[in-house]
Formats: sequence, structure tokens, C-alpha cells
Amino acid sequence: MSDMTINLKIWRQKNSTDSGRFEDYLLPGVNEHMSFLEMLDVLNEKLMKEGGDPVEFDHDCREGICGSCNMVINGRAHGPKHQTAACQLHMRNYNDGDTIVIEPPRAAAFPVIKDLVVDRSALDRIIEAGGYISVKTGAAPEANLIPVPQEVSNQAFDYATCIGCGACVAACPNSSASLFTGAKLSHLNSLPQGQPERDKRSIAMVNQMEKEGFGDCSNYAECEAVCPVGISISAIAQMRRDYMKAVF
Amino acid sequence: MNLDPKIPSGPLEDKWKQHLKDVKLVSPNNKRKYSVIVVGTGLAGASAAASLAELGYNVKTFCIQDSARRAHSIAAQGGINAAKNYQNDGDSVWRLFYDTIKGGDYRSREANVYRLAENSNHIIDQAVAQGVPFGREYGGLLDNRSFGGAQVSRTFYSRGQTGQQLLLGAYQAMMKEVHSGKIQNYPRQEMLDLVVVDGKARGIITRNLVSGEIQKWYADAVVLCTGGYGNVFYLSTNAKNSNVTAAWRCHKRGAAFANPCFVQIHPTCIPVSGEYQSKLTLMSESLRNDGRVWVPKAKGDKRKPNDIPEDERYYFLEERYPSFGNLVPRDVASRNAKLVTDDGLGVGETGLAVYLDFRDAIKREGKDVIQAKYGNLFDMYENIADENPYETPMKIFPAVHYTMGGLWVDYNLMSNIPGLFVAGEANFSDHGANRLGASALMQGLSDGYFIIPYTVGNYLADNEFSKVSTDHEAFKEAAETSSKQLDKLLSIQGDKTIIEFHRELGKIMWDKVGISRSKEGLESAISQIRKLREEFWQNVRVPGEAGYYNKYLEYALRLVDYFELAELMALDAIDRNESCGCHLRDEYQSEEGEAIRNDDDYAYVAAWEYLGVNGKLETKLHKEPLEFEFVEMKQRSYK
Ligand SMILES: Cc1cc2nc3c(=O)[nH]c(=O)nc-3n(C[C@H](O)[C@H](O)[C@H](O)COP(=O)(O)OP(=O)(O)OC[C@H]3O[C@@H](n4cnc5c(N)ncnc54)[C@H](O)[C@@H]3O)c2cc1C
Ligand code: FES
Repeated sequence: MSDMTINLKIWRQKNSTDSGRFEDYLLPGVNEHMSFLEMLDVLNEKLMKEGGDPVEFDHDCREGICGSCNMVINGRAHGPKHQTAACQLHMRNYNDGDTIVIEPPRAAAFPVIKDLVVDRSALDRIIEAGGYISVKTGAAPEANLIPVPQEVSNQAFDYATCIGCGACVAACPNSSASLFTGAKLSHLNSLPQGQPERDKRSIAMVNQMEKEGFGDCSNYAECEAVCPVGISISAIAQMRRDYMKAVF
Repeated sequence: MNLDPKIPSGPLEDKWKQHLKDVKLVSPNNKRKYSVIVVGTGLAGASAAASLAELGYNVKTFCIQDSARRAHSIAAQGGINAAKNYQNDGDSVWRLFYDTIKGGDYRSREANVYRLAENSNHIIDQAVAQGVPFGREYGGLLDNRSFGGAQVSRTFYSRGQTGQQLLLGAYQAMMKEVHSGKIQNYPRQEMLDLVVVDGKARGIITRNLVSGEIQKWYADAVVLCTGGYGNVFYLSTNAKNSNVTAAWRCHKRGAAFANPCFVQIHPTCIPVSGEYQSKLTLMSESLRNDGRVWVPKAKGDKRKPNDIPEDERYYFLEERYPSFGNLVPRDVASRNAKLVTDDGLGVGETGLAVYLDFRDAIKREGKDVIQAKYGNLFDMYENIADENPYETPMKIFPAVHYTMGGLWVDYNLMSNIPGLFVAGEANFSDHGANRLGASALMQGLSDGYFIIPYTVGNYLADNEFSKVSTDHEAFKEAAETSSKQLDKLLSIQGDKTIIEFHRELGKIMWDKVGISRSKEGLESAISQIRKLREEFWQNVRVPGEAGYYNKYLEYALRLVDYFELAELMALDAIDRNESCGCHLRDEYQSEEGEAIRNDDDYAYVAAWEYLGVNGKLETKLHKEPLEFEFVEMKQRSYK
């Protein structure tokens, strides 16, 4: 396939106080095997050669696992491909002449740092509030003393696989972090090791989520639709059950 | 330069136990008087920080990413080794130790490696207690798989995301201590220098990556857990932010850099598709348990792989290494892939690929079983390469993956600068000239959970600390050096981009300091590196300013250090007139292409001292002899 020319509309914002705006770029020479981020690299090379300011975006592993990338592409967090992080998206999903709009994930709890880069430290603070099992180094019993049924362990993994990118927040009309929080609670609360702190953890994490200014969940399920690793919204139901049980 | 490895005396099995009895302790009340800086929050850093904080020290953590959880460790796929012997297949601490020493081609310390094997079992206990969802058998007990170079099943895994799950375990342990107030956590901060006062490491200089501010931090000890330097090759499997800067700046402040030329090239990665390629994706080598590696027997055979009949396929690993077959260690697999493609047997558009075929495994075990084992890896492959590996063999090629070299440390994981400890991939300690699969996670966590907490305590108890604040002259000097360098880079305003320089450097390194090396090639690499480095300082264009978020400025800074490290790697490779582990010198191989090691002359750790850069890198080699008291040095044979 010959190279494509892509029209890009990208959110540019100098810092958190700047009001920001979309800017247009015409990018020729886009190859179908390029990843989406490689396409942005090429754009940045071009901008820098022309003496311009490159577009800032967060990225690291480029393998869909670190959760750094989280841009919103044509209105959808991580772009069009089901269960695929932006860094794993390839330009073969686009056609010559397409227009692609790229913006940061928008949420009050995620202030913009520059261009597509946002501050997601609120998610860390939710984990800090209780997203762990309190076992000190050296205090662990022999591993096979705690058998965990395979289904339970598999299910725990399905929640633990969350990459913490924040796409769920960006997609939610209420900017809720319920899928993120629910995933961690469902992971830890389903394991035998997680039982002693179950109630305390559920209350602490849910309260912290509210404190950070994330909205409530109204079951739109937009979060599940954009999650790059396919976390199920059953996590949210589990979170609610655990929270109610803990409070009452 | 004093390079005493401080290995405890006594029988191998007792060294660490005895050392633990001998280390000095800090009383609980005194612990809170000490502060420790941990740079990096990968497996090594997060586990060290959590464990030190649990003991009561005041810990500060720093990392580049916006969250500690995103460190490069998150990407590890295949698994982590431990000598639990749950499979009853004859495994033991001794056997894991022996495999690791042998896998490293006898270029690591016996005492360190034995301790690593001993600690391996505690790591699994710790991770399970934290809620890490390892793969389990139907009965609910932990499952294992076998991994390259091992004849027992000792690898624990969480589907294809073992690094993620272990890191989240360590990160959560760390966040628990952030909550308790014992850890102050500083993400989006890049360490630019080490501050040494009265000969001791007393702090660091960072750049706040959001505000651009240069900041000073003091402590009583610094633990560097900043990962490996594979990105010196431009293309590697490492995350984009992985770098050598923190380690290199410590090197410039006096820390010896050991075995820099020991780089592991992983055999199973997705081949390069074009110039724009920004990184390479690893396909976990667990795939070699069921996949068969082959190329067509005839040169230039352009038929589709499934159209090539059995007797026209060359299963080169199975034929050359009948007892290990597709499970030979990584260096052997990579080298052989290069040999067959050098012979013109490579496949794919570029000819720089070999097949990894699951046809027979699917026939034998069924698609469901293969899908259960490797489903996510197959999906990942299909997404990138646009081919379905259940139907068409994967195309794979070696890529730079892991760096065994790193800052020199003694048995306590302390560098030759007192108070500077180095853990995880950033040190050189346990893997010798080649690392076995599933043992980097083990080493990072062994260092962080089970070694650093004791040895840092011992250092603190054993030393007097003068009161130092960030007003000290040494802090000012270091901060100024860092700012000046930023200004210099921004002022050049040349016309070549940072990536163009990096790509060129990477090509020199891959061609001449990669899978195989020769004296001639290495010498020409050195002169090319010097020339390119000079051009960089004249002609690079770094965009924007220093006073705000500027990813390309960060990148340029890291490239500055790669340019110096690259030269050291080539020098180290020239010095080592032998082939060992991943280091293959063309001049030192048998007629069949097998590596020839030279134990009489090269059984040492090459520890380099930095003297400056003046057109060329000025450096001095120190040798730490390796003594083998407990194992006999054998030629590796995987035939
Ligand atoms: C794709 C892939 C798969 C792998 N699979 C396996 C496997 O299956 N089994 C196995 O055993 N090993 C595997 N490895 C190797 C293993 O993942 C790494 O060796 C290991 O995770 C390194 O951990 P670390 O803690 O030393 O460093 P990293 O995880 O690299 O962490 C480095 C930390 O240092 C920080 N940092 C770096 N520089 C600076 C600076 N200047 N200032 C501040 N902070 C800094 C970073 O932000 C980060 O937090 C794999 C590696 C790759 C690339
Ligand atoms: S860059 Fe790591 S998930 Fe996209």
C-alpha cells in the first residue's frame, strides 16, 4: 500500500493555566505499518525540523501495558480499536485523507500539564488509600499454604490486569473512576489473602475516589467499552456490594 | 580505586546466613533519624523502598513516569524463577544457582548467585501474600512452566504479564508506605547527578519534569534502581524512557562501571518494519516451549511458509542442539538466527527474520490449549504484524533486550562510592555474561526485598554522618553543572534532530557492538562514535526551553550519556579477547562457530573508572578476579 496523507487536529496547550486550542497539521508519508505513536513521532520530527514545538504526549512501553498513553482519538479514549491502547493502534486502521482529532483525556481530576499530557496522580492516591494487602517484607507464609481455586485466581487476574491509564475516566460522562477503583477492589477482595482488610479497603478507596473529584457511576458502561484491557463493569457492581456491606 | 567484593568467608550455603548474623542493626528508635533516597520504582526500587520504609527509615522515591507503577518492569512477560521444586522434578537452590552461574558463562560471583537462588523462594511467598495472581493448577496450588536454558519447570507466571503483576504488588506495598507517611514519592523527576560529600553519597540532583526546575535532595544513603541501558542501541525491547543517565552520572562521580559490553540480545522479537520504527516488541521466550524455529533450506525460497514441505525446512536449533533444541539459552538462539540469515536463509521482506511455528503444537495439544497458554501473546503479535500465528508461523528476529553490565557493586550491593547502593538491572551483579530467562525479575526483587534492607542498615549503623543540607557547596556545584548542560544543549540549535543522532548511534552499535564483534569492527565503531558525538554537540536541535515539560530535552540529555557509554562498551568488548555468554568475538570461536572462552586470562569483572571525555573517552580498567571455589568452570554445551 502506498503512503497516506493524514489531516491531524491536535489539542495544543502550553500549561495548566493556558486555555488551549486545536491546531491543524497535514502529515504526508504515513505508512500503514506505523503505530499511532510512531505517526506522532514522525509529525514531531517534521515540526522540529521546521523549528516548531513538538506535540507532547505520555508514552513509555509502547506495548499496551504501562498505561502511560491515554490520548483521546476522534472522541474515543485510545482510538477506534477494541481493547487496544493508543500505542498498540496501527495506521492500517486509517485511510488516506482521513482527519484524526487528538486531545487529552478530559476530567476535572486530570489537569492538563502540556498538550496531551495530564496529571493522573489522583489514581495513585486512590491506591494509596487502601489498594494493597498489608503484608510486610519477610512476614509471608510459604506460598502454597494459601491454595486459591483456579477460577478465583483467574478472575482476580482479570481485574488485576488494569493498566491504570485512566481511559475509563476520560470516557465516562461523569468522569467517574469507578472502573479503575472497582478493578483494584475486585482483584484484592476476591482473594483469600485480601479478606482481613476487605471492608476497610472498600471504604477507604471509595471515599478517596470521591474526594479526588471523580463523578459517580450512572451505568453508562462507556468505561468498559474503551478499556484497553477489557476490564468488565462487573468490577463496579462488586465495588458497590463490598462498599455497602462494609458500611452497613 | 578499591574494588573489594567483601564476600563473606565460609561454605557457600552459609555465607548469606552468616552475613545476616554479622550485619550491624539500627535500633527501631534510631531508624527514623535516617533518610534514604531510592531512585527508580521498578521491581528493584519499589521493593527496596517499601521494605526500607517498613523498617522505619524515611524514604524518598523518584521516577521518570507519572506514576511509580509504570516503570519498565511492568512489561516483563514470561515469568520469574524460584527453586521451590513444586514440580518434584529435582530442582533445588543449588541447581538454580548452578544453572545461573553456568548460564552466565562463569563471569559472575558464586556467592552473589547462590544468595539469589536462596532468596528466590521468599520472593514467591512475598508476592503471593501481596495478592499477585500467579497461574495456578486445578487444585489451587501454584503452576510452573519451563523457560530457556533450564531442564526443570521452575518459572512462576501470571499469564503473559508477570512483570506487571509483580510490579503492582511491589508498587502497592510502596503506596502502603506512602500512606503511612514513611515514603515521600516524587514521580516525574529525573535524576541528573549524584552528590558526594566527604567521599560519601549524600544526595541527588533532579529535574522536575513538569516545571523544569533543578532540585536538590539530601539523604544518608542513595539506592539507585534505574534499570538497564539497552536503549543505547536505539531500537530495543526496553521502554522508551529507560536510560543510563542516572548510572552514568554516578560513574562520572567515581562509581566503577562493570562489564559494559555484556548485552543480551533476545531471540524472539517482532522484526523491524521500517525507518520510523521506534521500539521492538518482545515475544516471550516461553513461546519456544511449543514453537519450533526454522528457515527454508533453500536460499531465497519465497513460498509461503505453509507451502514449504517438512523435508525442505531447516529446524536449525533442533538439528544443531539435539538435547536442548528450541530451548537453548538466548545467546545461542540469537547467534544462530543471525548465522542463518547471514547465510541468506532469512525470511520476510527484509530477510532479517526466522519462523517460529506452532503448527505441530496445535496439532498435538489443540488450539484451545495453545490459546490458553499464549493467547495474549498471539493477539499482540497479530495486532502488530497483521498475521494470525494460529495459521501462519510467526516471524521473529533477535533484538537488544537486557544489559548484564552496570555499576560495580560489592556483596552488599554497594558501589565503590560509600553510601551509593545499586540494585536491579542497574548493577552488574548476578548474571555474568548472559542472563537466563525469568531471572531478572528474581534478581530485582531479591535485591530490593531481601538484600538492600539489611545492607543499607549495616552501612548506616557502621558510619558517622556529618550534618549536610542542600546548601552545601557540593549540591550547588552539581546543580549548576546540570543547568549549564541543559542551557548548552538548548543553545546549539543545529539542524539534525535528536532521533536522527540516536538512530545513527544505534546502527553503529547494532552492526559492530551487537550479536558478534571483532577487533576491527569495534575499533571502527569507536572512531565513528567519537565523530558522531562531536557532530552532536555542534549540530543537534533541541526544541523549546528548560523551564517546562519538554520530553525532547529529556531525551537529548539521555543521548549525551549514551554517546559516552557507547564508547566504553566498545572498549570493554575490545579488552575482552574471548567469547563468553552474549559476548561473541569473531576471532574467538571454533570452526563450528561455538564460543571459545578464555578462563586463564579473562575470568574477571572488568570495572572501568571514568577519567573524562576529551574528544575520546579517558578511562582506566580495574580487574576484580573471579574465583570459583564451589563449581568447576566447564565449557557450556547445549549439544
Ligand atoms: C519486554 C521485556 C520483557 C521481559 N520479560 C522478563 C521476564 O519474563 N522475566 C524476567 O525475569 N525479566 C524480564 N525482563 C527483564 C526485566 O523486566 C528487567 O530487567 C527488570 O524489570 C528491571 O527492573 P529494575 O527495577 O531494575 O528497573 P526498571 O523496571 O527498568 O525501572 C527503572 C526505574 O528507574 C527510573 N529511572 C530511570 N532513570 C531515572 C532517572 N535518571 N531519574 C529518576 N528515575 C529514573 C524509572 O522511572 C523506573 O522507575 C523483560 C524485559 C523486557 C524489556
Ligand atoms: S505506552 Fe505503555 S500502554 Fe501505551
